[in-house]
Amino acid sequence: MRADRPAGLLGSTATVTRRMLLRFVRTPQLIVLATIQMSLFFLIYRYMFGGAIHVDGMPYVDYLVPGFIATGVLFSGIGTATAVAEDLEHGFVDRLRSLPIPRASVLTARALADTVILTWATLFTTAIAFAVGFSLHGSAPEGLAALGLVILFGFAFEWVFIAMGLHAGNAQAAQGMGMIVFPFAFVSSAYVPVASMPGWLQVFAAHQPLTYMVDAVRSLTLGPHAQTLLGHPTSYFVSRALAWTAVILVIALPLAVAKYSRG
Amino acid sequence: MTTMIEARGLTKRYGKTAALDGLDLTAQRGQVVAVLGPNGAGKTTFVRIVATLLAPDDGTLRVAGHDVRRDPAAVRRAIGLAGQFAAIEPAMTGRENLEMVARLFGLGRRDAKAAAASVLEQLGLAPDADRLARTYSGGMRRRLDLGVSLVGAPRLLLLDEPTTGLDPRSRIELWDAIRALVASGTDVLLTTQYLDEADHLASQIVIIDHGRAVAAGTPGELKRRIGGRVVEIHVSRREDLGRAAALLERLHGPATLDEATRRVSVGVGSGSDDLMTTLRSLRDADVAVEDVAMRQPNLDEVFLALTGHAAAA
Repeated sequence: MRADRPAGLLGSTATVTRRMLLRFVRTPQLIVLATIQMSLFFLIYRYMFGGAIHVDGMPYVDYLVPGFIATGVLFSGIGTATAVAEDLEHGFVDRLRSLPIPRASVLTARALADTVILTWATLFTTAIAFAVGFSLHGSAPEGLAALGLVILFGFAFEWVFIAMGLHAGNAQAAQGMGMIVFPFAFVSSAYVPVASMPGWLQVFAAHQPLTYMVDAVRSLTLGPHAQTLLGHPTSYFVSRALAWTAVILVIALPLAVAKYSRG
Repeated sequence: MTTMIEARGLTKRYGKTAALDGLDLTAQRGQVVAVLGPNGAGKTTFVRIVATLLAPDDGTLRVAGHDVRRDPAAVRRAIGLAGQFAAIEPAMTGRENLEMVARLFGLGRRDAKAAAASVLEQLGLAPDADRLARTYSGGMRRRLDLGVSLVGAPRLLLLDEPTTGLDPRSRIELWDAIRALVASGTDVLLTTQYLDEADHLASQIVIIDHGRAVAAGTPGELKRRIGGRVVEIHVSRREDLGRAAALLERLHGPATLDEATRRVSVGVGSGSDDLMTTLRSLRDADVAVEDVAMRQPNLDEVFLALTGHAAAA
């Protein structure tokens, strides 16, 4: 049976996305890695380090949760890079590239599927956060907006990790390259206030994209405390975080697509 | 139009080494063409260019009437690719794998189901259709992979070393599957390192070495040029080796001598008569024989016969 015309962008993206999500729900190791790992690290911060870290004017858990969840997008991105590299290594990418489908569909599917997985992990960790004492100081719509921002950042970063996975070519190399997330996650305002770091580190920490993203999310969850703690209104952080998101997309997306098309 | 693949002066370089160095190759419609060559001869590079996964540096290539550079989308509509790995999703069932690719070929939901069911039947995978592919044996995975490359009903099937790494039984099962496809009218381009595989499956063999075609013809034609079968004599006493080699050379032509294993081999015309003559003259010359074999020439011997030099590993 031969089709009259090949599958379009939407149809093929949906078909490939479905495969990636099925792979996730049917592979226990992947579920554990994506779900349990993030929550486990959260609990370690909450109970192990949390007692030693002091933030003015609020419980540490309320400071930590937005930062932890916003930087979570980086750690789940390592999974994306690894999965992309595995598909390349095992010939799956070759198969898809030899099919009469728009080449954009495969990468779009990967970005969408992994954003769905990230959303799941984020919701799971957020639920645990509420269970161990986190409370929302802003309104519910602000809380939802914070969640929306995290998912948007995640989608943009997926393209960075897709490009990384395509460049690495095998799973081990991709995991190694994924280590680049550590300085961005830790040298930021995510876990401790930037003011507590040595001066030279503050320069990087205060101006890198993750700090703006973390503070945008934080500002939406802290309500009236935000201005006092962060020194700027919510719109200041959100606009800068969105600008960074756009920059990341504009650079990473064409890079990933070019890498994929060249093979 | 009767040409399925037409390569002219196809060149692909990686740095200083040329994986393809001016390859000329023509495959007619209705044929199974085997590209035979040692590792590093350029087989996989050629298949990847035919499959539009790589762009050639130089030369032209038309597949099913379409230029790979100018109209890769049309080439992709005509081909099905099964690479060296079983590129299937292990977390999906055999049926789901097939339906997914059928959908990507543009079939509607119902047609995709029907196409998947018929491929499962054809490849003997129907009883295992609804098990996750990660529970399949190596041979079943390769058969499913073959099925996936077929489910869009391509005009040309590309098989890159389809049986590498399979045990002998799975290999024969896969051969049967490929032969059944050919009988139903699919054109095939396959690469292999094994002469017997090319002999079993192909109607046309192209031997390549260092990125060029060094010989082409039907299996019969090539084997006639090589000299049919090989008789291999394992002598009992090392000191007889030279004498045995001289004897075989007088009877049949150039012989290959392997001191370490005390073996002499020589290409013979047809078969049992030559074997009898050989053994009789060895007995008359009082050469004690440990073991005797008559077999198809292997790739090394084909290379030696057709190119005058040994195949580079």
